[in-house]
Formats: sequence, structure tokens, C-alpha cells
Amino acid sequence: MQEFAFVGDSDVLSWGRVTREPQRVARPRFRDELPSLIGDEGAASKLAVGLRRSYGDSCLNGSGVLIDMCGVNRFIHFHPETGVLRAEAGVSLSDLLRLVVSKGWFAPTTPGTCFVTLGGALANDVHGKNHHGAGSFGRHVRSFGLLRSDRGRLTVTPEGEPALFFSTIGGLGLTGVIEWVELQLVRIGGAYLDVETMPYNGLDEFWPLAEESGPAFEHIVAWIDCASRGKKRGRGILSRANWIVDGVYDVHHDRSWKRVPFEAPGLALNRLTGRAFNNVYYHLNSAKAGKSRQHYAPFFYPLDAVRDWNRLYGRRGMLQYQCVIPRDNQRDAIDALLDVITASGQASFLAVLKTFGDLPSPGLLSFPRPGATLALDFPFRGDATLKLMTRLDGIVAEAGGALYPAKDGRMPGEMFRRSFPRWEQLVKDPAISSDFWRRVAL
Amino acid sequence: MSAQTQRIVILGAASAIAEATGRIWAAERARMILVGRDAARLESIAADLETRGAEGATPWPLDCANADAAAQFGKMAEALGGLDVLLLAYGVLGNEAELEQDPKAVATLIQTNFTSAVAWCLAARAILEKQGAGALLVIGSVAGDRGRRSNFIYGATKGGLARLVEGMAHQLAPLGARAVLIKPGFVDTPMTASFRNKGLLWAQPEQVARVIAAAARRGGPIVYAPAYWRLIMLIIRHLPTFVFDRLNI
Repeated sequence: MQEFAFVGDSDVLSWGRVTREPQRVARPRFRDELPSLIGDEGAASKLAVGLRRSYGDSCLNGSGVLIDMCGVNRFIHFHPETGVLRAEAGVSLSDLLRLVVSKGWFAPTTPGTCFVTLGGALANDVHGKNHHGAGSFGRHVRSFGLLRSDRGRLTVTPEGEPALFFSTIGGLGLTGVIEWVELQLVRIGGAYLDVETMPYNGLDEFWPLAEESGPAFEHIVAWIDCASRGKKRGRGILSRANWIVDGVYDVHHDRSWKRVPFEAPGLALNRLTGRAFNNVYYHLNSAKAGKSRQHYAPFFYPLDAVRDWNRLYGRRGMLQYQCVIPRDNQRDAIDALLDVITASGQASFLAVLKTFGDLPSPGLLSFPRPGATLALDFPFRGDATLKLMTRLDGIVAEAGGALYPAKDGRMPGEMFRRSFPRWEQLVKDPAISSDFWRRVAL
Repeated sequence: MSAQTQRIVILGAASAIAEATGRIWAAERARMILVGRDAARLESIAADLETRGAEGATPWPLDCANADAAAQFGKMAEALGGLDVLLLAYGVLGNEAELEQDPKAVATLIQTNFTSAVAWCLAARAILEKQGAGALLVIGSVAGDRGRRSNFIYGATKGGLARLVEGMAHQLAPLGARAVLIKPGFVDTPMTASFRNKGLLWAQPEQVARVIAAAARRGGPIVYAPAYWRLIMLIIRHLPTFVFDRLNI
């Protein structure tokens, strides 16, 4: 089988579907296959990847090879009394929840999709709607297994291998192949949340609302309309939620009949449909304003209900822009970003605004830091999109902010190095690299 | 199946399809014996299945293609205290062009895919007969339905399995036990890793696993996985020779 280890595959893309360079991919199923894979293929660089929910090029390695870890997806142990779980890196959050929810446990924090692997969650130090209380994913990692091309198999803990531990959390897979992860889960009293949905009119209403919600609500997130101008400018919907303790532990379904089988024609998402969507979304949710009981799946993972929704952006794909602005500058900078985005008319419907809390992110290259984060998708239209983003970069840089590597496919290297100043301390594995790393760090 | 714990033996338990099926059975709290060559891999699968809910998952390192099936199988059934399901899931694809040049490799392929499988099936039959219950599930292939130039040696072994399982199903039916041949089409597994550009007809191991788990409860003797392959193969089997000969499949 070894001769077939890496197979060319033009269907292996990142979530944004902009870069179309074919990748050479190995798909191991067992940890014992990994040492030969990272030693294989001479000088070509390797990169272990998971479900490729990263939007840009941090999960691509066009001049090297990819090791798709999705088949290395076994649970190693789970203690229902303590909530400590150890699983191979390819286990998805969806699989994990299907196992642990019924026993009264949940992921300590979760991104907006459950179709990420544990390895990917660790390597991107992902965050969720509970950041102000829980911090980033890496804070809940007790240890992990790392396969290095220079040192072999290691069990990495914060005490035993601090440099590797804090390099690998948020380290974009560059410090070795993450083989397994041990996590501390959190207790839940049921699978449903008490969700309060509140429309707000403009950013001036958003900031106090977000601040006042912090102490009383575990989960907070807001959608913001980046398409409308005038009186509607900056309006949005904030939702805040707490777990309900009722002992009803319904588990989500991981299969969906709704999927997008083909790439949509390029026109499907344009200025008009984008604005129309924002209008409909705002009014639907305003009408629903108030309290409701929601299962964790529609609350945390609304888009997971439609598989491959990213194909709606058509053949050219999309770019996501997610920045964080330090707290001192958040109001002015988010305001300025909104100005540029609405004026451009390029924004699509998925814009998310959220404030980060003070809990420090453990990783050298972790993205979350105290302040506010804005994330939105742009259908890729070549130069026009890139120029718009360069303008946004200017605002973010001036405010001392940073862009999220997991979402990025185009930031200038200089911007990365300035906003992740400890990047040179990363204990990188010499055999590993990615398109992202070559673009920003070399 | 009743709420009673199912007792299951999986031959070739480290294969992608078998492991996916094992996960379904683990969620149903089955007790399983996992047979395969690589002890360490079986250990990691066993830990996973037990974490997922299996009442037991016991690694049983053994080369299925070259084992004393009757003796081994007796021990397994004894360890489980009976048998509800045997899943025979090991096999090799081989490379047709290389096989045609190498009679020894052909003999090995036939030993693995067919000869040893006959021995396991006969060993299982003895127990199913005695119990008057239980299911023998064998993974065949759509390649066994009509010989094609691209893989007729592999296809011949899978076609042979079809006749074997058909006959055993016939024999077991009056006794209350079942034999089922599951015929997957194209499945995205390490066995087919070298195939490029997998299109619409390719299935994931989990889809095939769901068909197998359903077959453990009812149905047979021939089940296609996914089901649309029944129609595809119906057409392929009935293509007139003058058309079939022009197809490069």
C-alpha cells in the first residue's frame, strides 16, 4: 500500500474553495501508519489536516503533501465520572458530542460547526460563544500526543514539555502531527438552552447589551447586518443563552438530508440577494424576539443543518474576514470597519460580532484576545475583494488588532508577524509546512 | 433483535467497513470478538468500541486467511457463549494485471478471498444449525456479478462466495438461521485508495455498514450496498455481449 500513500486529489479544498491547486493526500486509518508518512516522500513537506473547515490556506500544502487524519478517529478512553476524555485527533466534535451528551457532558467550548476534528480544534485554539467564561479550547486540553519528525512520539503536557505544549495549541499543525488529545469536558444538566433573542439598532446599542449580558449568560453571540445603510446601519440580533437543567439529554443527528450537491452559479449570492437575506433574517428573528428553548444543535450549529453550504458561493469560492480588535479601540474600529464594508456592498449574510473575555489564550499563535471580534464572508470576486480587505487591514492594524489564521487566505506576511509577535518562538517541526506558513512566515 | 446483548464475531475487524459496522453494534451494546492480523490495531479498535458502548470487544489476533477455522471458531463461540452474528469482512483486491502474470499471487488471492472463507462459513454453519438462529454475513462484491476484463480474478472469488452463501442460506432457512451476502459497490476505503476522482457512485464505509447492520436483523440472501447497485448490476448483467464487449469496465 505504501506506494499509494499520497494520491493526487483535486477535490481536496479548504472551506473557502478559492485555492484550487490539487493536493496530494494520504488517508491513514491507524496511528502506526503515521511515522512512515512523515518520513516519506523525501524533502516534500507534510501537513496533517482534519475536516478542512479552515477557510483559507492553513489546511493546504500544495508544494508538499497532506495527511488526512479523519480516518484516525477512535476514542481511547472516557470517564463519565470525571469528564476526562482522550481520543484520536481525527475524532470530530460531532462524534464526541454524540458520545458524551447523553452522559451529561459537553465540549468545554465549541466553534460554530461541530464538523471539526479535535486535532483541528487544538491546532487552531478555537473559541466559541462562551469565550468570556471559558476562554479558548486550548485551556481545556490536559495533554496530547505529538509525532515529531525529529523526536518521534511524545506525550505533551504543560509541565513536561511547556514549549511544545504552548506552541502546538493554536500552532496550525506546524509543530508535528497531533495524534490524540485529552480534554476536560464540562457538565451539562440537559441538552437544551434557554435562549433570549434581542434585536438591537446599531452598534451604540450593541456594546452595552453585550457588556450587561456577560455576567448572567454563559453563551453570547450577535449577528450584525453588514449590508444595510442609513437608519438600518449596524442593526443586528444578539442571542444569549444558558443551559437548562432538566435532565433531557437528546443527542443531535449527524446526518442531514439537506445538502448542496453542486457549486451554485456565481450570481446566486450577490449584492441584491445578500441585502434581501439580511432583511429577511433580521425581520424573522426580530419577530421571534424573546425567550425560547433551543436544542444545542440549532443554537451552536445552525449552518450544520445544510451540508456543504459553502458551495453556495459558486465556483470562485469565498473569503472570510475575521479580525479581533483590542478592547480600548473596539468601538471606533468596528464602526470604521462597518462603514467600509457597507459602502462596498460586497458583504454576504454571515456576519458575526462577539466580544472576547479576559481569559488568556494559551497558544503562542492563539487568536482570541480581550476585545471584539467581527467575522464575515465575502464571495470572492478577485481584485475588488482583495482591495476591500486591504482597506479593512488598515483599520485593524491601526487599532492593534489581528486576523484569525484559520479564516485567512490572503493577509500580508508583515501583518501576521506584527499581530502574532511571538511567531518566531514556535517550535516548528522541520518536516512540516503549509501554504499559509510559506505565505506569512518565510 | 431483542434487547438481549448480541454476540458477534467480526473476521477482518480492522477493515474500514467492518470497523464502521462495529461502531453501530457498539452503540447497540453488543459483545464482539475482533479478529484480524494486527494486535495493536485491534486493541485500539476494541478500546474505541468499548468507549462507544460495546459491552465487550475482545481483540483476537489471527490471520483469517490461514487459520484453522473450525477450531478457532469453536473457541470464539465458547468465549461468547453462543453466536448471533458472524461478519466475514476480510479480503484483498489485488491488481488484475499483476495477478495475470503471477500464478502464486493468484493462489494466495483465492486462498484469502475464497478458500479460507469457505472454511469459516462451514464452521459458522455448524453453530447456526445447532442454535437454529443467528446470521452469517459475508461481504462479497458487485464485481462477482459479471466477469469484467478489469478484475475478473477478484470477481471470480467474490462470485464463488455468492454461490456459497446462496446455498447456505437455502440450507439454513428451514432451521431458522440466515446467511446473507452483502455486495458493496465502490467504497472509499484503503483498499481503493489508489483510485482517483471518486465520483457520485462512491459510498463511504458508514453507508455500507448501515446496510450490514440492517442485514444482521433481517433480509437476504443477497443485499446490495448501497441498494441502488441492485439496479446498476441488473443492467450490467443483462447487457448483450456485443454492447458489453465495447465497454471498458
